[in-house]
Amino acid sequence: MNAIEVTNLVKRFGDKTVVDHVTMTVAEGEIVGFLGPNGSGKTTTIRIMCGLLTPDEGDGQVLGYDLRTDGLKIKREVGYMTQKFSFYEDLTIGENLEFVARLYKLRPVEEHVARTLDELGLTSRRNQLAGTLSGGWKQRLALAACIMHKPKLLLLDEPTAGVDPKARREFWDEIHRLARGGLTVLVSTHYMDEAERCHRISYISYGKMLASGTVEDVVRNAGLTTFVVSGPRLDQIAAALEGRPGVEQVAPFGATLHVVGSDRQKLEAALADIRGRKDVTVEPGETSLEDVFIQFMAGSRDNMS
Amino acid sequence: MTSLTDGIFSFARLGALLTKEFIQMRRDRITFAMMLGVPLMQLVLFGFAINSDPKSLPAALVATSNDQYTRAMVSALQNTNYYRFDHIAETAAEAEELMASGEVAFVVTIPADFGRRVASGDAPQILIEADATDPSASSGAVSTLGTVANQALLRAQGMEAASAEAAKGQLEVVVHRRYNPEGISQYNIVPGLLGVILQMTMVMMTSMALTRETERGTMENLLAMPASPAEIMLGKVLPYLVVGAVQVAVVLIASKLLFSIPFIGSLSLLLSAILVFVLALVLLGYTISTIARTQMQAMQLTFFFFLPSILLSGFMFPYRGMPGWAQALGEILPLTHFLRIIRAVMLKGAEFPAIAAEVGILALFVAVFAGLALFRFRRTLD
Repeated sequence: MNAIEVTNLVKRFGDKTVVDHVTMTVAEGEIVGFLGPNGSGKTTTIRIMCGLLTPDEGDGQVLGYDLRTDGLKIKREVGYMTQKFSFYEDLTIGENLEFVARLYKLRPVEEHVARTLDELGLTSRRNQLAGTLSGGWKQRLALAACIMHKPKLLLLDEPTAGVDPKARREFWDEIHRLARGGLTVLVSTHYMDEAERCHRISYISYGKMLASGTVEDVVRNAGLTTFVVSGPRLDQIAAALEGRPGVEQVAPFGATLHVVGSDRQKLEAALADIRGRKDVTVEPGETSLEDVFIQFMAGSRDNMS
Repeated sequence: MTSLTDGIFSFARLGALLTKEFIQMRRDRITFAMMLGVPLMQLVLFGFAINSDPKSLPAALVATSNDQYTRAMVSALQNTNYYRFDHIAETAAEAEELMASGEVAFVVTIPADFGRRVASGDAPQILIEADATDPSASSGAVSTLGTVANQALLRAQGMEAASAEAAKGQLEVVVHRRYNPEGISQYNIVPGLLGVILQMTMVMMTSMALTRETERGTMENLLAMPASPAEIMLGKVLPYLVVGAVQVAVVLIASKLLFSIPFIGSLSLLLSAILVFVLALVLLGYTISTIARTQMQAMQLTFFFFLPSILLSGFMFPYRGMPGWAQALGEILPLTHFLRIIRAVMLKGAEFPAIAAEVGILALFVAVFAGLALFRFRRTLD
């Protein structure tokens, strides 16, 4: 059984279609990265999946329950971590966890809370107000609260925004540990390194699902060619390349320049004169996921309003 | 010069601030509506509805005789426009009941021997009992009484009005200010204040309940967890019942100790009625909470409801002095009904049957507000 199986989900706000016929499948135990630019419909799709929004069209099943009729059952078995910290800042860490444990009717409450605090390493700070925690700790608290009731599916909406690299690393280790235990995870993110830590990724842009698969699949299917240019005065080279036929992206990466295009021959033709210069080297490079995403974003119509 | 003024005060910067402020004002629809609505509402309510010298007050007549002098007296009282004889009571006990339940503001008793005593020149008496739980409402009617009654009597006897002064004192008008013989206005105000204080705090506090969750972003999390709308509503509303109970205790004790307000009726009856009233208020607040998007809007909506409650409920101005449309508006405010209950129980010692109808209306408010709140509550973020 798939943990998530939705077909042709549509959600409109006014005359704006935020989710446009999204079809998605997530297998049990899988970690799926949900990517896309700001305002592309990631949060809305996740909210539909955890029953916070009703789709205008389409249907589907989450954990085998019907999206439209079994909202309460879904809520009991799904853990949803919101983008913004949404626990009570004027309650202590312990009080927040107690509240959640009692809402999910976890018994005995104290045992669940104590264990969660212990796993978090927050036992000594149990009586501290949640609002006084730093961003990284708030995120850990939120995750702990979301998994306290042992959900089968975890929906995470940009969980690592504004969190330092070490905390992010620990967070992802935790996600993988949970997935090994059979938990299914759908996580939205903007970070490419996080996308690469997922089993599969789905890319959504302006409400439409543009690509799905492993990172390698997505990169390969995009059919992009990348050349890495290195040498002096790369800024001048970049300016010269910009706008040439076949050159779709020119992006500096440290001391090199990535030149990307979907038509290999045109791209090589465009680079011919630069290749001829003695002080500059042009080598075929590996197309990165980021290159693919930038390509997707350039290709889709602007829906921000 | 320019550089100096530019540093301290710049009209260009002020302009930017003003523009921003006006844009924000325009975007906040409820605030904008309040800015226009409140002054208009106040003007209309104060201007048209409020009358501190109410006329045409319901009265009961207890008259066993139907002679010409009795008839003359009744029509004279009616001609003052203060009295409107809606009820003809057979016995004094029946009239007493009408007054206790608040059906009538006055009971006019013309004794059976009235006509005979007038004819024989034997100083006749009439008895006017006024419901003085609201002293200001009845004062006009009582003060005009002596002159009017005497003149009427003289006319009936065929004497000239000019000599009325000379004949004054012939008729004795006995006035009983019932429930509040000294006409102390605090007897009216203090019990009413309990209702007003409860209305203000209960509605305001609960109206913040959901908007606070929405504003802080905790609503999304709460909705994603398995809690039903009824659970969330009761969870929000019940704590404020406790707050209300504390307020009730404080006001009732203070009214006894500081103002020496008499408490004639049953305390348990009053407390039960207060419970229904407070329940109606917290559910009203919760309903507001499902409508307002921010705590600021919730405050404004509370105030929007509070203002007519003060003005049209009979708290500040006599309910009976208001025109029909204003009375109709007053009827749909819980405070109006609560004021009738608390004044009847505290000052008149009314028993349950006398206030059953008003309690029933409060219970209806509870049902309506609870239904409305549950209907308005969105289980989703749509």
